[in-house]
Amino acid sequence: MTSNIRNPLSTLKSNLAAARAAAALLIAAGGAQAADLNALIWCDHSDPALLQPFEQANNIKVNVKEFEGTGAGLAIVEQSQPGDWDVMVIDSIDVPRGVEKGLFEPLPEDKLPFADLFPEVKMDKSTIVDGKRYGITEKFGYNTIGFNKTKVDPADMQSLASLTSDKYKGKVAIYDYYLPVIGMAALAIGKKTADLTEAELPALKAELLKMKANAKLVGEVTASQTALATGEVDILVGGGEWVTAGLAKENPALDFSIPREGAVLWSQSLAMFKDSKNKDMALKFIQYILSPEGQARLATSSCYWGMPSNTKAALTDDQKKVLRFDEQPGFLARAQAYPAPNADLDKKMQDMWTEMLQAK
Amino acid sequence: MSTTGNDRRALPWALVTPALGWTLAFFVLPFIAMGLSSLTAHEGGGFGLSNYSQFFTNPSYWQAMVNSLQVTAIVTVVSVLLAYPFAWILAEQVPERWQRLALMLAVLPFWTSYVVRSYSWLLVLAQNGVINRALTGSGLISEPLQLANTRLATVTGFVHFFVMLLTLTIFANLKQLSPSYRKAAADLGAGPVRTFLHVVLPLTLPGIMVGAFLTFVLCIGDYITPQILGGNNELLMPQLVMMQIGRRGDFPLASALSIILMAVVTVAYLACARWLKIERT
Repeated sequence: MTSNIRNPLSTLKSNLAAARAAAALLIAAGGAQAADLNALIWCDHSDPALLQPFEQANNIKVNVKEFEGTGAGLAIVEQSQPGDWDVMVIDSIDVPRGVEKGLFEPLPEDKLPFADLFPEVKMDKSTIVDGKRYGITEKFGYNTIGFNKTKVDPADMQSLASLTSDKYKGKVAIYDYYLPVIGMAALAIGKKTADLTEAELPALKAELLKMKANAKLVGEVTASQTALATGEVDILVGGGEWVTAGLAKENPALDFSIPREGAVLWSQSLAMFKDSKNKDMALKFIQYILSPEGQARLATSSCYWGMPSNTKAALTDDQKKVLRFDEQPGFLARAQAYPAPNADLDKKMQDMWTEMLQAK
Repeated sequence: MSTTGNDRRALPWALVTPALGWTLAFFVLPFIAMGLSSLTAHEGGGFGLSNYSQFFTNPSYWQAMVNSLQVTAIVTVVSVLLAYPFAWILAEQVPERWQRLALMLAVLPFWTSYVVRSYSWLLVLAQNGVINRALTGSGLISEPLQLANTRLATVTGFVHFFVMLLTLTIFANLKQLSPSYRKAAADLGAGPVRTFLHVVLPLTLPGIMVGAFLTFVLCIGDYITPQILGGNNELLMPQLVMMQIGRRGDFPLASALSIILMAVVTVAYLACARWLKIERT
């Protein structure tokens, strides 16, 4: 066979050469972006209204990657090259997990507005390891009772016992995250969330099963929020300002209570990576997020609202009203810490949650 | 210039290299990595079968597999029962010139996002959704039925999707069937029902089995539909796998559960292999 037509092997070789060249270009382009800030975040940080002012002020691009759950976030870091990431949003109680893995850089306390934070949300027990602070709380709120005040008696929502009463059977949704809801079950049976041990698991399981028997669904953030907003359910166990505040304009009937037994305090922190190649900019980013303006934008992010940790957050009066800003001292006094089990208890709690989900 | 003997021998390899490379990079190597991961302990390291033993000793985990198999079996059977007559009508009753348009209309829902389609079903089945409003409005029921956040909702979402898939495979099979088979059966005295049961159905079994197998594989591994429509009132295997990753990042256990799920799919393939390989003569 004669060939003024190129044989396929030669074509393949030249295509491979072209692919190599294209790959080299991509790598070069990637290198050119090294000055960008790379942030592992939750969805509230991807709001352009939050990021753009920082990007414009510093002439920088903030590349964000969302993740759900600390385990998934840490897995992304482990699969990346050291220095790929600059900052991370993390559950405050999980900051020690990142520190144990040697991922985080101590934060300079003198360059951050610690004095302006609500004292109860500094979370020193989690954010300080061996005397060094690795995380700063940027946003917090409550896993408590979210409800539609036109459909339920608001007085009933002052007690966790209502969640298991026949009066609201089939009108309840449960937020699908085991730690805060187990915390609420602990409060319902009169246990402190900080003192939970394996010995409490049978009683907690019984309480969870009672909640499940009353519930129509157990849903993640979007599903549970949708269920409450559309009237599928009237009560959300584990709900709070993070569900109701963002919907306040469209649905002013949605509200939350801090019942007599208390509520579970959630908080998210910002941490800086030890291997960041852009630590100055990473610190600037953390400073921006903790600034009064950054705090207001983060608190009212389009993904979900929550309380800013900085008492000087530049919120409007209306926004403060929706977040019940002025009531925070009372709320914080009654709130209990997010359960922070060790790895073994954590596994047992998750298995207990699985049992609850499978219960008919 | 003529191609050399070496080039000729290398040509087939060159042509299959991209496919082999792709399979190696995106299936074989990740599968080996997942297998190794499934044998490690999440806490403290070390190799062993503890992740697999958890599945067999924890009733909640085992229940997830039972739930998955039940839902998948129901979805597969219902989808086949709905898709076969649908494909038959398209192939036999719709005039040839309209068949392409009819088929396109039949698979139109494929064009919408899977997630959007699931949420749309949630709105249809919700307490204030179309079905409950129609039933309460017409006075047939006084209280809304709980349709959303149930196994029924999950099955409905799945069936909507897989009926389309099965319709395509069965339709293709029916179109390949020569009319002479039916004529021969009629010549030999068989009525329409007997012809269908003894001639058409056996000859379209490959199309049914290919579609049913695809339905089984895609359904048993799906996370989105049960997560959105099932309301977490029961867990299926993909949900159990995802649960291990979220907060705790227990990839070894998630890997073990995934491999068990894959083993079930392999068993299903072996059970169907006879029909998947069948060739009509």
